[in-house]
Amino acid sequence: MLVMNIEKFSFTYPGAEAPSLKNITLPIEKNKITSLIGPSGCGKSTLLRSMNRIHDLYPGNTYDGKINLLNETTGEYDNILAIKKENDFIQLRQKVGMIFQKPTPFPMSIFDNVAYGLKIDGIKNKSELSDRVEAALKGSALWNEVSDRLGKSAMGLSGGQQQRLCIARAVAVKPEVLLFDEPTSALDPISTAAIEELIVELRNDISIAIVTHNMQQASRISDYTAFMYLGDLIEFDKTENIFLNPKEQQTEDYITGRFG
Amino acid sequence: MKRLLINKIVLALSTISAVIGLAFLAWILVTLFVKGLSSFHFSLFVTDLINNGLRNLIIGQFILAGFASVIGIPLGMIAGIYIREYGRGRYANIIRNLSDIMMSAPSIVIGAFVYAIIVVPTGHTSGFAGSIALAIMMIPIVISTTDSMLSLVPKELREAGIALGASKYRVILDIVIKAAKVGIMTGILLAFARIVGETAPLLFTSQTSNYFSLDMTHAFPSLSVSIYDLASDVQTSSRDLAWAASFILTAMVLIINLTGKFITRNKK
Repeated sequence: MLVMNIEKFSFTYPGAEAPSLKNITLPIEKNKITSLIGPSGCGKSTLLRSMNRIHDLYPGNTYDGKINLLNETTGEYDNILAIKKENDFIQLRQKVGMIFQKPTPFPMSIFDNVAYGLKIDGIKNKSELSDRVEAALKGSALWNEVSDRLGKSAMGLSGGQQQRLCIARAVAVKPEVLLFDEPTSALDPISTAAIEELIVELRNDISIAIVTHNMQQASRISDYTAFMYLGDLIEFDKTENIFLNPKEQQTEDYITGRFG
Repeated sequence: MKRLLINKIVLALSTISAVIGLAFLAWILVTLFVKGLSSFHFSLFVTDLINNGLRNLIIGQFILAGFASVIGIPLGMIAGIYIREYGRGRYANIIRNLSDIMMSAPSIVIGAFVYAIIVVPTGHTSGFAGSIALAIMMIPIVISTTDSMLSLVPKELREAGIALGASKYRVILDIVIKAAKVGIMTGILLAFARIVGETAPLLFTSQTSNYFSLDMTHAFPSLSVSIYDLASDVQTSSRDLAWAASFILTAMVLIINLTGKFITRNKK
């Protein structure tokens, strides 16, 4: 079952002559991990950032085609490119969360960081808040490290802990999809392993799309892989097929390290 | 050889320039300290100018600057937030440039402006007029501080807030301003230090008063304006009092400035 279905999607940045993404058709499977790989400038981050329309923070983008998101209550698909109202944007982003390359802890306590999205959602009950925060921190394998200093500033955590905090913060609002934009490229190998393990575990509850520069990472954790080049989707398949039996020459050249 | 020589000359010239600059600053401070301290007495803090004290002037100066801050800080911060977070392209740039021009406007001109729009129509000088003149001086400083401190907040932080479903204004209020808080507070403190010692905007707006007063609808006691009056007085005792007042004013500004520096250093 698909959680998201991208159909004939094109994207142009404001003022750009040519589109950065051309006619992309890509399914995102529910409760699977889909990775987007490709050389710098291929449009993989642009595509990911279209999937919760975070692009709209900066006006003047041109969207074309459809990005359909499964509506869990009706079972139907809504085209998120049709969203215009602020309220609908807020709902979209509560359903489709995002983790960035650089950890982005907010300048507040660890507890308030995780509770932020919940408070935005209107949850005021103290015991419900602390239950959900605890669950999110446990789910992000951070609880044991921070349970005795929830009131301390999140800025004092290490880079890897900060990134797991950001994941906990996103998980707390129970999204249907989580988008990871190179979540480990600013981290050391041990923190990277912890994040990868976490992403694989999250798959049970959340569908995941991840942009990565690291092909080993894509092959280690993802179920499906899409290879992109210069704004085109070159090939999409099960991860093992992409890495063992790519159909396209360009894909093979990239994964064997001949370019990129 | 030649490069080494040029290096030495440049080093010597810049050292001499620095020494000259600092020497004058030290001279001012030492003169102020010596002359101010010789006529300084703690009774200055408990009697008013009419009894050769400074109490009403110090309190008045802080009320003038404080009321100016009540007007200037919110307006400046909101304008700064507008041009950094909401303003787009040319329109925001025009406001930013206007604010920069305002910042370098001569303070006596601001005094004359407030004289024309408030003192003349109301028929007399008042504490409000003085505070408004000081607020006009303060606004562009607060705008520029807010603007530049917000620009230091990484855009990823804003995106992370938006990605959690927060609306733009909540991201600004809850996250961006918090991240820039220390810088903005320091800037506001420095802006306050800047206006608390001003004379020209007050000279013909609030004037000064020899008596203790909390009534801002009339001429209002001001330390800086009184220094101006006392320093040009024929009596030696008045001029001595002016030195003591200058010393106190400088010390106040210095303490506020150092507090600002201290906050920034401790938070970084």
